[in-house]
Order: sequence, then C-alpha cells, then structure tokens
Amino acid sequence: MNPLFDIAVSVARIAVFFAFVFGLVVVMTWVERKGAAYIQDRRGPNRASIMGVTLFGMFHPLADALKFLFKEDFIPDGAHRLFYQLAPMFALAPAILTMAVVPFGPPVTIAGKQVALHIADLNVGILYLFAVSGMAVYGIVLAGWSSNSKYPLLGGLRSSAQMISYEVSMGLSVVGILMVFQSVQLSAIVRGQGELLFGILPRWGVFVQPLGFILFVTALYAEANRTPFDLPEGESELVAGYHTEYASFKFSMFMMAEYIHLVVGAAVLATLFFGGWQFPYLGDSGFAFPGGISVAVPAWAVFLLRIGSFVGKTLFFCWLYVWVRWTIPRFRYDQVMRLGWKVMLPLALANIFVTGIVLLLIDRGGF
Amino acid sequence: MTGPADIIFYLLAAMTVGAAILVAILPNIVYSAIALLFSFAGVAGLYVYLSADFLAATQVLIYVGGILILILFAVFLSNRISDVKISNPSRFHWQAAFICLGLFGILSYTAVSTAFPVKAVLSYQPTTSEIGELLMTRYLLPFEVASVLLLAALIGAAMLSRPDGGRGRPAEMEEPKR
Repeated sequence: MNPLFDIAVSVARIAVFFAFVFGLVVVMTWVERKGAAYIQDRRGPNRASIMGVTLFGMFHPLADALKFLFKEDFIPDGAHRLFYQLAPMFALAPAILTMAVVPFGPPVTIAGKQVALHIADLNVGILYLFAVSGMAVYGIVLAGWSSNSKYPLLGGLRSSAQMISYEVSMGLSVVGILMVFQSVQLSAIVRGQGELLFGILPRWGVFVQPLGFILFVTALYAEANRTPFDLPEGESELVAGYHTEYASFKFSMFMMAEYIHLVVGAAVLATLFFGGWQFPYLGDSGFAFPGGISVAVPAWAVFLLRIGSFVGKTLFFCWLYVWVRWTIPRFRYDQVMRLGWKVMLPLALANIFVTGIVLLLIDRGGF
Repeated sequence: MTGPADIIFYLLAAMTVGAAILVAILPNIVYSAIALLFSFAGVAGLYVYLSADFLAATQVLIYVGGILILILFAVFLSNRISDVKISNPSRFHWQAAFICLGLFGILSYTAVSTAFPVKAVLSYQPTTSEIGELLMTRYLLPFEVASVLLLAALIGAAMLSRPDGGRGRPAEMEEPKR
C-alpha cells in the first residue's frame, strides 16, 4: 500500500472530473446561445460578427467572461452585506459537491491496483446527491432575501417553494430504480444496467422504469430552474428573479452554479436511466449481440468506448436542456405547483406501488 | 486515543454545540436559522464520523434540505418577523430555564445509563438495508405510529391554512376565471 499513490489517484480523479464539468459549463454557455439562435431563428451568435468574423459565435462567451471579471462589483444600499456576499457561495458550493458521486467509467487497473473512476463511491450515493443538491436552494433564498428588493425576494420564495415541491417527486421517482437494482450506490446501479432485458434490450433504467424516467426528467428540470420551470427568474415577471441585484463575478457564480447543476443533472440522468458508462451489448471482452453474433474488442477500446458512451450521453442530455428551453414556453406559477403536487406526486407513488408488485411477482413466479 | 480523528470529532462537536448556542441567543431570527443550518450540518458530520452514512445523508436531506428551508420560507414571507422585537423577544426566562434543565437531566441520564453496543472492529459496511429491514420488522409499530402522527399534522396544517382557521370555505385553488 503506497499512500502517495492513493493521494495521487484521488487528486487526479478530482482534477479530471472538475475539468470535465467546468469545461462543459463553458461549452454550455456557448451551446445555449447557438441553440437559441438556431431554434428561434435569431441573429445571435450565428450571424453577429466582428468585421465579418463570426468565429462560430465564440465572441459572446468571451465577452461574457471579460464582463464578469471587469465589471464593478457593488453591493446595493439596503442589502444585508454578509448574506448578500455569502449567497453566491451557498449557491456554488453544493453544485460543485454534487459531482463527487457520479461514476464516469468502469474501474481500471493501474500498476496492479483497482482504481474506480469515481471521486467518491459512497454507499448512499443517491441520497447524498439529493441531500447536497437540496442545499442549493439556500443560495437562491438568501440571495433573494438579502438583496432587499421586491423581485429577488419573490424569485427566492418561488424557487424555495418549487424546489421543495419537486424534490419530493424527484426522490420518489428514483425509488423504483433503487428497487429494481437493489442498491443506493451509483456504481452498483450502473453495473446492474449492464445485463440484458428479455435477451434483447439493454437493462437500462429507462426500459425498466419508463414512468420513473419521465417523472425524474420533469423534476430535474424543475430543480435546475430551467424552462419550463424557470419561474424563479422569469424575466418577463421578475426582471431576473433572485439574482437581479447581483453583478460581476457574484452573478457569474450563480450562473456557474446553474450550469454545473445542469451538467451534473445530465450525468446523473445518464447514470440512473441510460446505463452510465455501459455501452449497449458491450461486455468486458467485446460485443455480444442478441442474435448470437459476438465481436472481440481489445480491452483499451472497450474502456474508451465506455468512457465515450458516458460522455456522449451526458452531452446529449445537456443539449436536451437547451432544446427544451427554447422550444417550450414557461408555465404559470399555479400550474407548476399543481403539476408538482397533484400529478407528479401521485404518479410517483403509483410507480413505486406497481414496481413493488411486479418485483414481487417476478420473485414468486420467476418470469 | 488521540489523533486526527479525535481532532475532527471535537471540531464537529464544537461546531454543533456552538451553532446551537447561537441559535438560542442571536437576536435576529434569520441569523438563528442560518446558525441552525450549521448545527444540523455538524450533527450530520458526527453521523459520518460514526460511519452511519445513511443517517448522515437523511439528516442533511430532511433537516437541512427540507425543514430549515420551510422555516426560512415562513420567516421571509412575513416581513416584520425579521424585526428583532417581534421575532426573538426574551420572555419566560425562569420557566424556560426550568424546562431546559429538566430536559437536560433526562437526556443525560438516558445517555449515561444506556448500554450502547460498541463495535469492536470498525467496519464501513452499508447500513441502509439493515435499517430498512429493522424498520419493516422489529420497529414497524413505532414507524407506523410516527407516520400517523405526521399524517395528523399534515391534515391539521391543511385545515388551519383554510380561511378563518378551518371554518371557512376551502381556498380557491383553480385557475383565474376569464
């Protein structure tokens, strides 16, 4: 046992995953604008140019970064100085913490030791995820309250009510997955999705828990404050909601937190419902298709395919956020609440009930 | 036994107790709520220290992510409550001291007189399935009693939140008529 090796591995894992998530955050701000411009046929980064050079719309995020760094960082007069400055930290810290439990690849053997591609493979992974992401609401609530202004306060209140409501259905929508794979550990859930269902379909969460998947996606969008649930920062009603009074780097911390939630949410979605790093029909030594055809694949290619499969799924769900945001209009607030409590919650409970019955029948009859 | 583990324990304990004292003495209820956040987090840390991972996660999930947010929500909804005179008036000193001392006595007697099972060898096994199994078998009755209590509280809250404290008609929750 070499402690230096363990420390190096831990640091490397954290560095790689940080780089991945923060890199995606930067890319996402660009993708968001490009996507908006394509979908809504705006001028935006697709055609706006500096002396004929559009540079794929890269000027917009670059200008953003410069503005975040060099704008004046002021505190409004009536604001509560301590909480006003704490709020962005309260928003960003939980967002960063959530990355810790997402497995981004199968375990690899380096220098004779098994290394899990995971920052922390907690036994209670999924609970940790919900617990920490639930803390993100503090940043929003504190920002809304400490700004001492009407619109941020309304935004903060809306978001806390919304996040509490949807946290319930989100937790319950995943219970079905936990029942099927019999674990709350994310790495075990991913391993469980490597098998085949009826010998044809990969045993992914989305195939065994279709209703759970729909509920989870809906709750995820509500938790991330994304359209159609972006009531906490509805521009047409609340200026910019909870971060109206923020400028400069503090504002960018809220933005970063939002995009990290988005990226980690996409990764969790891929992990829970789309097999994480599992590539369809790919075993440890090669492809084994249902028809009895098998193709041998070298170990390094298997590893790369699996990492690539995780990254690809995450990117797709990141894009899905953008796609939905610029396609679907915002709900009204009472509609959000009604959907959360009167539709999502009963459906999530029914899903658990049905899953339980089916599992019991499988246990008894074995079909 | 002294070492880094002990230092961590004392740091966590100091954070929990210190924050709890702040909750009681701070004049502004918003400060109290934020101090309570750190107290809850400290308790979660103690659970982690005892390798009770499930308890730690649920502590954060329920208390930090749920109950405290609801408290803050209530605080923010009424603007005047952050006024010092209304939110934390100091009254009933003697009665409070009496009740607290009594409670302290009962709790410390229980803590000292109970024989806690001590694991000889530290093991970091998943505790989730064990807790689930015990809740569904040996402790099913207390579990169900707690659920009924919560249900009663839920119904009570729903009743009270109607206009006129439950005597009036249910609040209009439908879409505005055009």
